[in-house]
Amino acid sequence: MSLLQVRDLEVHFPIKAGTLFQRTVGAVKAVDGVDLDVEAGTTFGLVGESGCGKSTLGRAIMRLTEPTKGSVTLDGQDILALSERKMRAVRRQFQMVFQDPMASLDPRQSVESMLTEPLRAHKFPGGSAAHAKRIRELLDVVGLPESVVNRYPHEFSGGQRQRLGIARALALNPSLIIADEPVSALDVSIQAQVINLLKELQERFSLTYVVIAHDLAVVRHISKTVAVMYLGGIVEQAPAADLYGQPLHPYTRALMSAVPVPDPNVEESRNRILLQGDLPSPANPPAGCRFHTRCPWKQAAKCDTERPALRELPLVAPGHKVACHYAEDILSGKLTPHEVRPEEVALTPAADDPGSIETTEAHVAGGLTPGGPPGAR
Amino acid sequence: MSLLEVRDLSVTFTRSGQEPVRAVDGVSFDVAAGQSVGIVGESGSGKSVTSLAVMGLLPSRGVQVGGTVTLDGNELTDMDQRALRDIRGRDVAMIFQDPMTSLNPVVTNGRQLVEVLTRHAGLSKGEAKAEAEQLLRRVGIPDPVRRLGEYPHQLSGGMRQRVMIAIAIACRPKLLIADEPTTALDVTIQAQILDLLRTLVAESGCGMIMITHDLGVVAGLCDDVHVMYSGRIVESAGTKDLFARPSHPYTDGLLQSIPRIDDDDPADLLHTIPGSARDTVAWDRGCAFQPRCARAVAECLSGPPAVTELGTPIVPHPVRCLRPVGQDVSLHEGNVAR
Repeated sequence: MSLLQVRDLEVHFPIKAGTLFQRTVGAVKAVDGVDLDVEAGTTFGLVGESGCGKSTLGRAIMRLTEPTKGSVTLDGQDILALSERKMRAVRRQFQMVFQDPMASLDPRQSVESMLTEPLRAHKFPGGSAAHAKRIRELLDVVGLPESVVNRYPHEFSGGQRQRLGIARALALNPSLIIADEPVSALDVSIQAQVINLLKELQERFSLTYVVIAHDLAVVRHISKTVAVMYLGGIVEQAPAADLYGQPLHPYTRALMSAVPVPDPNVEESRNRILLQGDLPSPANPPAGCRFHTRCPWKQAAKCDTERPALRELPLVAPGHKVACHYAEDILSGKLTPHEVRPEEVALTPAADDPGSIETTEAHVAGGLTPGGPPGAR
Repeated sequence: MSLLEVRDLSVTFTRSGQEPVRAVDGVSFDVAAGQSVGIVGESGSGKSVTSLAVMGLLPSRGVQVGGTVTLDGNELTDMDQRALRDIRGRDVAMIFQDPMTSLNPVVTNGRQLVEVLTRHAGLSKGEAKAEAEQLLRRVGIPDPVRRLGEYPHQLSGGMRQRVMIAIAIACRPKLLIADEPTTALDVTIQAQILDLLRTLVAESGCGMIMITHDLGVVAGLCDDVHVMYSGRIVESAGTKDLFARPSHPYTDGLLQSIPRIDDDDPADLLHTIPGSARDTVAWDRGCAFQPRCARAVAECLSGPPAVTELGTPIVPHPVRCLRPVGQDVSLHEGNVAR
């Protein structure tokens, strides 16, 4: 049975307008109807570009951001229904590893204090002697010497800091670890060390990971199952080898072809699918298939009217799901890609930068029908 | 003669009461017209400081720059700031990593472009405006007239980088320096920008220095590569040659430790380089990579390592290593298995 089940999860952030009486005039649909299952003891990779909602999805699973709809079941228990108090007890079962080990460690907290805190907060059995023993164990499993207990984060290199972040996440013996871009802030030679550490720990403690990352090569290396997100929804999901061997969704194809390969001979002979334009705004996503504005395989029928569901194709490996109306025809070569003119996609406001919030708001206030998430003012 | 010749460039940062830090040490390389040269290294390797030194953009206080930088026969290193200002933007232009911090947020995109054109190309305001529109079109920005009147925050990251590139190529520079131009961008946008740079270099025949930590970017874009470690170039070669036979243990280790998207049968564990860049040795005492190197021998700590030439005079492939990978000289056994 799967350890983690997510059904129809939605996270909508309300957009407010007005200075005195704030009205909700729309919603940023960061996560919009996501289903996923994570098997115990495996790694689930979640990839996508900035603004696609992958981090929000990770936070929503942990209830660090409250989902507006849907269910999250961990080990048979629906955690969205739990009260704050009960939630706190469940929290020890899943922990998070963050991207920037400088920002996620308190600069004024020593290693000892940072690792003792979760033990105290969750009443780890035994007194301070047991806690000290646990800290030594934790440092040992992440490959740091015991002598570092009295040091502070600034005394460590980036890779060592990420090891501390992992030690902190392991403190309470969690079953699920959500790692949000665990290696993207690290140098290449250090990245490999941390990836290997995560793999070794998984085997040793039979951990389950959800790894959120934008680096497709890292995700392939570490994951059993991979899901690709675009604009709040999963567009394709499959066992890693199948997804990378035979990407079915046009977006996945474009994404894979865009990743640079460290081999000049491969680079020379590759067929690149260059996407035009930027990600549309999640406050006003395109109707129908979210990707149709940039899709080189877009067809006149269905694409801009009907949102495709994630479905399994009969011809490919089991467990390979794709959300595209024309996946079969694209696979068989019956449909060929066509030019997408940049002008067609350019008028949608950009979504990947904080600066465009104003644009988004103005855009929404101008044209969207009000209707925020339930419970929003 | 090459377009750009950098010879024995060194940069030392001095602070009162502290040991001086030599960030760049004896760096030499050439860039020919129409050629893309990659400088690869991890954080702290000195690659960005090298590019700033070439541009003459390092502050004069607390920084000592040695060596020579010659662009098209003119030596830049002993020019005064006034003369340098004429060259920067006109003959040499730079594209920075983060277009949000390198564009002026309170000035419209148009004015930033027009400023370059009036300052360096001597165009009138009207001409400059028309030219600016052409430039935005050339870098693939739809609806350029509207974009010229907007501010940088109204553009997406990829668009901002395009504006940055438009400013850089405005005066048809002879040399373009791109310092991690796509690191802040998503992969699909990165592919667009790299494609644009490739086309621009091919069309205009300018030289380009590409500074990056991403060997994949180098593989797809550069003709020559220099790998930097701890302030020095440790290996230089033509791109294909470098990837076919990486010879410095650092280059080799780096290439092996990158997970590849086209690896159909990934090994369970990745190859790693032990330790971190903090574990280093001063170059005048020995090889800076020695503490992390699996091939290190005692000789590696007896003075600065000599350069071994593995190529030919026409196709050079120098490596700063006593025991290059694949060149098994009968020295003692490798010392380390950590």
